[in-house]
Amino acid sequence: METVKRLARSPTAVVGLILLALVIGMALSAPVLFPKDPLGLAGRPLQWPLANARFWFGTDTTGRDIAAQIFHGARVSLLIGIVATLLAITIGIVIGAVAGYYGGIIDDVLMRVTEAFQTLPNFLLLLVLVAVFGSDIKTVTIAIGLVSWPAAARLTRAEFLTLRSREFVQACRTLGMRDAQIIFREILPNALPPVIVYASVIMAVAILLESALAFLNLSDPNVPSWGNLIGTGRSVLRTQWYVSAIPGVAILLTVLSVSLVGQGLNDALNPRLKRR
Amino acid sequence: MRAVLSIRNLTVALPAGADRPHALEDVSLDLKADEILCVVGESGSGKSMTAGAILGLLPEGVSAQSGEILLEGEDLLRFSDADMRMIRGARIGMIFQEPMTALNPLRTIGDQIAEMFRTHTDLGSSEIMKRVLDLLRDVHIPDPESARRAYPHELSGGQRQRAMIAMALALEPRVLIADEPTTALDVTTQAQILKLIRELQQRKGTAVLFITHDFGVVAEIADRVAVMQSGRVVEEGRADEILNRPQHPYTKALIAAVPPLVPPAPQVVASEPILRIEHVSKTYRKGGLLARNRRVTHAVQDANLVLPRGGTLGIVGESGSGKSTLARCIVRLLDPDTGSIRLGDTDLASLSRKEMRSETRRIQMVFQDPFASLNPRRRAGELVAQGPIIHGEAPSKAYAKAKELFALVGLDPSATERYPHEFSGGQRQRIGLARALALEPEVLVADEPVSALDVSVQAQVLRLLADLRSRLGLSMVFITHDLRVAAQICDRIAVMKSGGVVEEGTTAEVFAAPRHPYTQALLASVPGRDWMPPVQADALLAAS
Amino acid sequence: MRVLLLALRRLAASLPTLLIVLIGLFLLLQLAPGDTVDALVAQIGGGDPRMIEELRRYYGLDVSVAVQLGRYVWRLLQLDLGFSAIYGKPVADVILERLPTTLLLMGSALSFAFAAGMALGVLAAQRVNRWPDTLISTLGLIFYATPSFWFGLMGIVIFAVNLGWLPAGGIEEIGAGYTGFRRFLDIAWHLLLPTLTLALIFLATYLRIMRASMLEVMNLEFVRTARAKGLSPGRVISAHVLRNALLPMVTLIGLQAGTMLGGSVVVESVFALPGLGRLAYESVVQRDLNTLLGIVFVSALLVIVVNFLVDLLYARLDPRIVG
Repeated sequence: METVKRLARSPTAVVGLILLALVIGMALSAPVLFPKDPLGLAGRPLQWPLANARFWFGTDTTGRDIAAQIFHGARVSLLIGIVATLLAITIGIVIGAVAGYYGGIIDDVLMRVTEAFQTLPNFLLLLVLVAVFGSDIKTVTIAIGLVSWPAAARLTRAEFLTLRSREFVQACRTLGMRDAQIIFREILPNALPPVIVYASVIMAVAILLESALAFLNLSDPNVPSWGNLIGTGRSVLRTQWYVSAIPGVAILLTVLSVSLVGQGLNDALNPRLKRR
Repeated sequence: MRAVLSIRNLTVALPAGADRPHALEDVSLDLKADEILCVVGESGSGKSMTAGAILGLLPEGVSAQSGEILLEGEDLLRFSDADMRMIRGARIGMIFQEPMTALNPLRTIGDQIAEMFRTHTDLGSSEIMKRVLDLLRDVHIPDPESARRAYPHELSGGQRQRAMIAMALALEPRVLIADEPTTALDVTTQAQILKLIRELQQRKGTAVLFITHDFGVVAEIADRVAVMQSGRVVEEGRADEILNRPQHPYTKALIAAVPPLVPPAPQVVASEPILRIEHVSKTYRKGGLLARNRRVTHAVQDANLVLPRGGTLGIVGESGSGKSTLARCIVRLLDPDTGSIRLGDTDLASLSRKEMRSETRRIQMVFQDPFASLNPRRRAGELVAQGPIIHGEAPSKAYAKAKELFALVGLDPSATERYPHEFSGGQRQRIGLARALALEPEVLVADEPVSALDVSVQAQVLRLLADLRSRLGLSMVFITHDLRVAAQICDRIAVMKSGGVVEEGTTAEVFAAPRHPYTQALLASVPGRDWMPPVQADALLAAS
Repeated sequence: MRVLLLALRRLAASLPTLLIVLIGLFLLLQLAPGDTVDALVAQIGGGDPRMIEELRRYYGLDVSVAVQLGRYVWRLLQLDLGFSAIYGKPVADVILERLPTTLLLMGSALSFAFAAGMALGVLAAQRVNRWPDTLISTLGLIFYATPSFWFGLMGIVIFAVNLGWLPAGGIEEIGAGYTGFRRFLDIAWHLLLPTLTLALIFLATYLRIMRASMLEVMNLEFVRTARAKGLSPGRVISAHVLRNALLPMVTLIGLQAGTMLGGSVVVESVFALPGLGRLAYESVVQRDLNTLLGIVFVSALLVIVVNFLVDLLYARLDPRIVG
């Protein structure tokens, strides 16, 4: 409750929440405002924004409505962002919690695996996964989640390492509590705030990763994606630059909103730091 | 004699929203040349704020509102920032509590001392180096040449504090402010540092403003004493006056709370043992694949101890002596490498983790840190009820019992719904005690349970422990570094050093006739050991 | 000596990590639908079972998975990355041709991001919660949210197409035949926009970490000691805060080496730079798995090397690290 109040007072968080609400609004209203297939032919190609009242943002190289793609693209970006983030955070928390709480050999093994994932450049690994398993939207989402967890695992582990030697955890052990209960019911709630803040970073990066993949034409071609539209616009960049420019702004604002909310959350959860 | 530093009617305002409007209120103090003035008070009394105000280093949002701070007649409060920088270090030196964090970890000791000369003088580098060595020699650091080149982490705590003192006195300031300079140190090191400060003060004629919470230290070093409470000076006078004939009720209460170093008459304890610790050892291994990188610490070596039923066994020692490791081995937070820990007929050391979980109800622990030992996200009642619930008690019964325990440890039973941060340090320690007692253990292991508390709160918790012990017939292992506390609460005392038990006996024996040289050294190092806190009936009443 | 010993130990510790990477890559190859022989057979339009058997033996696919794994790891340890059917030469050769461009791009982007991030972070921390801080922090958030490929494209539109100040792509003027310093200038000219593009997101991260780190260090006790010694605010920052605040920044270089390599895929594609990243993209499009995995392996090696250097640097900065 306290956190929510502090969040409402932080200008960063408020701007972020307004932007995020806007993007969510776009995603929800897409099927109502643009009931037709956003990837279908809508009109004459390469009409400038506002040149035709039907197409606020104009049309792209193949005559598809850019506004429809932007609105429907919001659904895809948010969905991929949220699902991939949940996946990454879940894997990260479980691995980080177990490694941090038990230490020793278990920690060594889990951290070596985490390091292996961090040693592989995440975008390259994403390319490999897409190359091997195909670029269906489900595959892409899972792949993004799979390359994004190591940092969350490290963060959770670091929190657990400091918390497990705290006296309240030792007190739980002297009471005879089981490990699973200590890990998930006693330590995890205390370790969670920084991880939740970090989730906003993972989500921002997930959205950026998907858009980069789509820009390179390696994401699912059957769903409207902002990155894809930017890629489409490359061929007419010198003259009709708006085809690439508009979806880029959409990505920027979405990622910015997520980051701002994350920052606001951070300030709200660590009021001590903000005051300094 | 004229005062070198005199504070006149100083009032320092706290930012809006703090628990009180003023950090300091109408504070007046005189520090004369060639004397040590101890400013003593509990946490929140404003004693450290006084030091900050003198140096013009108050926290953000805190500022001096009225009054004067006169250094040899000049009012420091009127000085500009640039002028104050000429004062700091050069005319007023300062030592802090924790020498590890007060020194820059990335620069050598010599470099940091030399910085004083580079900042305030035009001396050449070879002259500076010579003076740095002289200073290090002055503070009796062994091998000054290598200490000069050492980084802070390469020195011991005592040596670091010596280096801090060398730095503070580099430019022979008229005034030295020492803010709890020995609080973070072990008792034997503390004695050496106190001696060093006294020696340098006399040799150089420095006026020392010594801030402390410890009346033992006051008795050891003070010429004059000022007692502070909630931002005011409540009493000021010659050290022997204040220590032996305090006038103000607050001073009386504080002094009455200081445990005397003389143990009370021994209570009768059964000879039948409840806990027997035999040949317990615990070794820590650290480090990599290469054998020479491996570091082996023998934290506990072949410890043998006996706790009689209904008695209290004190384990005393300095940091690194292994006393906390031993305590954690007893409750199996750590697994001892060898030896047995017999609680009645059960050898706790040989139990599997799962078997130990059910035995935990027979032996419980109370922890040191009142802030870290309670999960901040659980209600106080929940924390106390947790133990019985784990061991199969019905939740409703466990919560009802929690309320009873709250009353038992002197807390309001209706406070079970509150979260830990809503309690004071002493109250939190009571919650921790209630949590341990909820399982009705046969043995209670208390690891420095009063070390983080202010002296008056400490006295209350100690009284509670003594009271519970006699009412519930508790047997207790009491870990402490504080010999005064040990003298008051323990029936038997074991002295630990570098992992081994060097001496064990009844408290009266150990205090009256210590056999081991280390025990003798420990006792000789207790600050103010020759001072017997006066017992005053009205003060005892006021304290309880 | 202490520093070197430490770094060597860390290097040795990364060997198991590399092994895990190798095993992971091999398993991925196993999971890929169809093997080399299937691909070949499909290319030549089918073949009889005897020939397929023959081919399997030739490519070493007739033995158990474990033996294949052993051979695979052994081959990679000898830096034999296999043969690229698309380029018609060993993968190692293809990669070596492309490596310098990527290293150049990464090096310049890293230096720029680190220097600018540090400067901006210090500036923001010194004016914390006042307008310069708000401005810098907000800019940082916007940089962080900008997709690099989009930033690159917009850079091309503005600086190459409209203003004509900078080239739109390529590593140098083809056919100009510049040599020596003139060539260096030409390449620097071509790399200006790509460097900015790649550096942007890292600049944002460095700036944020530096700011936070400065604020944290400024709260530490030895800073109070420095002030009590009579040092001026500028001296306190330069002599005591800065070096301590730099430690997390140095750690970050190592952590982000991989991310930066990944980012170069996109940037090299946007600016048509003949680097490793673009090669990775091309091999995905052309289904050249051998080359792709070779790139991944070399990237992992590169990340390990960067971390090795970072360890050396860190140990130089922090005497508390012991060998």
